[in-house]
Amino acid sequence: MHGMINSAFQGFLVETYGSDVWDEVRSVAQLRFAGFEAMLRYDDSVTMACFNAATELLHKHPNALLEDLGTFLITHEPYAPLKRLLRFGGPSFAEFILTLDELAERGRMAMPDIEMPEITVVPMEDNSFRVKATWALPGVGPILLGALRAMADDYGALATLSLDGLDGQAECVRIDVFDTAHSEGNAFVLGEVPA
Amino acid sequence: MNIQTWPPDAAISLPLDVMDALLPMHVHVDAEGKVRHAGPTFLKMVNDEELIGRDLMEVFKIKRPAGIETFDALVMEADERLSVVLRSAEHLPFRAVILPLPGMDGAVMNLSFGLSFARAVAEFSLTLTDFAVTDQTIELLYLNEAKASTTRLSEHLTTRLQDAHATAQAQARTDVLTGLSNRRAMDDELHHLMSNRNQHFTLMHLDLDLFKQVNDTHGHAAGDAVLAEIGRILDRELRRTDFPARIGGDEFLIALRPAQSRAVLSRIARRLITRIEAPIEVGDITVQISASIGIVSTTCYPRRPTIEQLMADVDEALYAAKRNGRGQFSVFEPG
Repeated sequence: MHGMINSAFQGFLVETYGSDVWDEVRSVAQLRFAGFEAMLRYDDSVTMACFNAATELLHKHPNALLEDLGTFLITHEPYAPLKRLLRFGGPSFAEFILTLDELAERGRMAMPDIEMPEITVVPMEDNSFRVKATWALPGVGPILLGALRAMADDYGALATLSLDGLDGQAECVRIDVFDTAHSEGNAFVLGEVPA
Repeated sequence: MNIQTWPPDAAISLPLDVMDALLPMHVHVDAEGKVRHAGPTFLKMVNDEELIGRDLMEVFKIKRPAGIETFDALVMEADERLSVVLRSAEHLPFRAVILPLPGMDGAVMNLSFGLSFARAVAEFSLTLTDFAVTDQTIELLYLNEAKASTTRLSEHLTTRLQDAHATAQAQARTDVLTGLSNRRAMDDELHHLMSNRNQHFTLMHLDLDLFKQVNDTHGHAAGDAVLAEIGRILDRELRRTDFPARIGGDEFLIALRPAQSRAVLSRIARRLITRIEAPIEVGDITVQISASIGIVSTTCYPRRPTIEQLMADVDEALYAAKRNGRGQFSVFEPG
């Protein structure tokens, strides 16, 4: 698994639960280094060991922890560049959802060897969508749930999101958009490259 | 571009809103070169409510090809790649093409940002909806930002690796007990000194006397403490430009740059021996040792010696000093 993904999970644990929890996770997962490097690669078993150690130590349901991780990726200030890159997907939340089909390509444009979820968006009746995602590891559904819910807030859209079971190998999220301009949302200016 | 149509005069006429959606950065002028209509993104950038009816050459300056000052001259460049700037923002070059319309009915000029896209988009506060759906400028902007982010991450990693590398390298070259350089560092230093034929230097080979007794009588911990003290003495008594190293058990090698005169070397050797002979307290006990020193300088030889020659001769000088009893030094004399 790409170091970017591992270090995001590490950052999430440190920022949310403190560095002592991360140290415990490291020790339970038998990691031999202090932390992940975003630009290196790690074996998938290392990622899974860390994740399992975290759910065990925090007494959290895996889905709840993954959903929080998804929210963190969008709302945590140091990850603002990631959120900005996602906002390139479309001018409104509904258009953004429809371009999630391109998310994997977008991710690979930025980092050619990163594992991105392959997403298919199925438009349903009345501004509803079914997002079907497959990934190298299980758990992409809850991560997307947390991340997309935070993106809806960022766009200022009113939407409900829920896990929607499996479709073959794909984990699904259902999205019902009620209002694409419910609140102000955060402005997205193309030319604003954060320092 | 070679436009082929069949029949040769085939044409379509487009409503303005279709033109706006396809080419939001186009401007349409009449036969006189006066603006008739402009795409929405173009209007946003020019930000001039009186644009319609103005002379195109008042709005733009043509940078390339050079020397185009009139609209008639501009139309002669039909289908060529133009570099133009808005007179209201001369620092942002656009790429442009102008094509005359049939029946002498003016011309259409279309713009793109070329390589100034990132600055232009920021300066004109453009949004996703300001670009045609088929325009890949958005992807360029996306890539530009993604590249900036990943470059930053790579730089962070490189800095951390460099620091770790420097630390590891320093550790690999340091003698843990004394904090002096180790044999490997000394070998590198000697190669470095030898590589410059004009660099003259002196080598001192220092061997502790009575050290074995300290180890045998008081144990290795006491011996280690004594070695650490010798490290401190050498560090204190030598100049910054000198290079002391512990190269084995109780053996030290010191490189002095530049080579020193016999008188200066005698003074340094005597001072080191005196300092080392001072009683050393180790916990509750006090031990006393001494040192013998052999000395050789590259200036002693009629021709530049090899490292092997220097090492053999400095050893011989050390044995000569030892033969004279404890706490002596000897300077090697060739021949």
